[in-house]
Amino acid sequence: MQNTTLSQERIDLLEDRAQFVRLETIRLIEIAKVGHYSSVFSCAEIFASLYYDVMNISDNPAWPERDRFLMGKGHAAVGLFPILADLGYFDKSWLDDYTRLGSPLGDHPDMRKVPGVDFSSGSIGHALSNGVGMMHGARMQGLDFNAFVLLGDGEMQEGQVWEAALNAASHKLSNLIAIVDRNGYQLDGKVDDVIAIEPLDEKWRSFGWEVHVVDGHDVVALTELLRKVKADKGRGKPCCVIAKTLKGKGIDFMETEPGWHLGYLSPEDSERARQVILSAKGARQ
Amino acid sequence: MNAPDSKDSWQYRELNTRAPSLSVLSDTLIELAEAGHPVAAGTADLQHSNGLVGFARKFPERFVQFGISEQNMVSAAAGIATTGMIPYVATFASFLGLLACEQIRMDVAYCAQPVRLIGHHTGISLGFYGTSHHATEDISTTRAIADLTVISPADGAQFAQLLRESATYEEPIYFRIGRGHDPAVYDSQEPFKIGKAKTHAIGKDVTIIACGYCVHGAKAAMKTLNAKGHSVGLIDMHTVKPLDEEAVLKAAKASKVILTVEEHNILGGLGSAVAEVLAENPAKARLKRHGIMDEYALIAPPTHLYRHYKLDAAGIEDVAASLL
Repeated sequence: MQNTTLSQERIDLLEDRAQFVRLETIRLIEIAKVGHYSSVFSCAEIFASLYYDVMNISDNPAWPERDRFLMGKGHAAVGLFPILADLGYFDKSWLDDYTRLGSPLGDHPDMRKVPGVDFSSGSIGHALSNGVGMMHGARMQGLDFNAFVLLGDGEMQEGQVWEAALNAASHKLSNLIAIVDRNGYQLDGKVDDVIAIEPLDEKWRSFGWEVHVVDGHDVVALTELLRKVKADKGRGKPCCVIAKTLKGKGIDFMETEPGWHLGYLSPEDSERARQVILSAKGARQ
Repeated sequence: MNAPDSKDSWQYRELNTRAPSLSVLSDTLIELAEAGHPVAAGTADLQHSNGLVGFARKFPERFVQFGISEQNMVSAAAGIATTGMIPYVATFASFLGLLACEQIRMDVAYCAQPVRLIGHHTGISLGFYGTSHHATEDISTTRAIADLTVISPADGAQFAQLLRESATYEEPIYFRIGRGHDPAVYDSQEPFKIGKAKTHAIGKDVTIIACGYCVHGAKAAMKTLNAKGHSVGLIDMHTVKPLDEEAVLKAAKASKVILTVEEHNILGGLGSAVAEVLAENPAKARLKRHGIMDEYALIAPPTHLYRHYKLDAAGIEDVAASLL
């Protein structure tokens, strides 16, 4: 039992929702026959923590004062859609037609088609700029919401990220919180073999951001940290949370085989993955 | 000896007093903000070049200085728009319509955010600054982006009118404007509407369809040729997309030749847009496209370039006369 201000009920909820994201991701990718399993599995706890605890949201996905969530790593949208359906933003039956002709739900999130998606993405490197703009707009409109921008670690190689980082620090956009899903892999291999990005914490710090490093799968540590940085109104600078994660977290054979950035599980492997997740869930309870 | 509107060189310091269409940008945005429109503005280290410094001084809380980060500026403008503001972001057209093209497509047009992109110093108006600063492809790139309106005003008065309409216009817009020294074609009372061409006259021999800076020269060329007994008309196609096809077809039925004139590559720009209409709607007129002939412009002061590429009044007259 960890020493935490989170109730056991809340911890159970967050862990349950993270596993729900993983199970739904397996189900949806079975429909599409190809998808980004492991990219979702590394950030499932981040999704759960934000949507079921940290973010200020309501039943109305267009509420002007809501906190915003943006995904630089839009290819993990298959893990976001089940949450948005679970929150009641659209009918759960939409999920059953994931990626089929005319479906609002594709490999990347589309704000024009999916209620609850705060900004479309897919072209890596834009999202932090979109979040920067939302913060400028919030100031102009006298609104005080936060924008949480989930970035891939491979995304650190996009120059536009650093243009946005400079802007956010220069304009003291303290309600902007970037979360880097530091799972270590991108399509062509290990991030630091493709183009090295370390020391990442020092980079963000030198760009004028407050930086925290956390275990991205520890829902208690992650949620407490995100609550804390959201509540801090005196920071005077934007905040970057580097979440140390495992690509494919929760599925043993994906954790050890990095080639899973994009793939398809055979029905047998899907079932095996499902059993691995369910047994992990049972073991904790 | 150059005409008064033909500066061979220029000083940014003096630009705002000498640059009608650029001071129009700031003045009109101030007017719109004061009238209660939720307009905001931003630029990428060019507030003195585009005159937005005036808006920034008047409404500092509605202005964002992005520094030299054009792609970031466009993506951020889309983010600003999601909060209910209408952002007008301005920089050199080469860096907006080309460098930030993908951000325009993904974050502005595809996401249907009411961002107004102001690409200034377009075409070859930056003269001896060279190809990096010329924008002779920005109509092609923006015209190919769905749900994006593309406007190339002829002068400051027309720009002001269309800016006013843009405050309540639904789609995102790419405005393509000149260096600010654009000679006046219209008085400030002349009405214009986005998507509706201004037909000056239909010529039996030639009807010129022009946009932007070239409208001024085309109008002068029309007058000269008509005074010599020819029948030459002019359509000011300030909105390149959506194109006023009705105006094109009306001219194509009455004229022997349609001559398009633009400060842009003849591939993909106004000439191509008109060609598409004529190809699908057989009419009497044949088509001649005039502009930058799929090449990079030489180094020279802008007015020398306009003369060299036959985009000034005498040049356009020459080209039109060769079709008579």
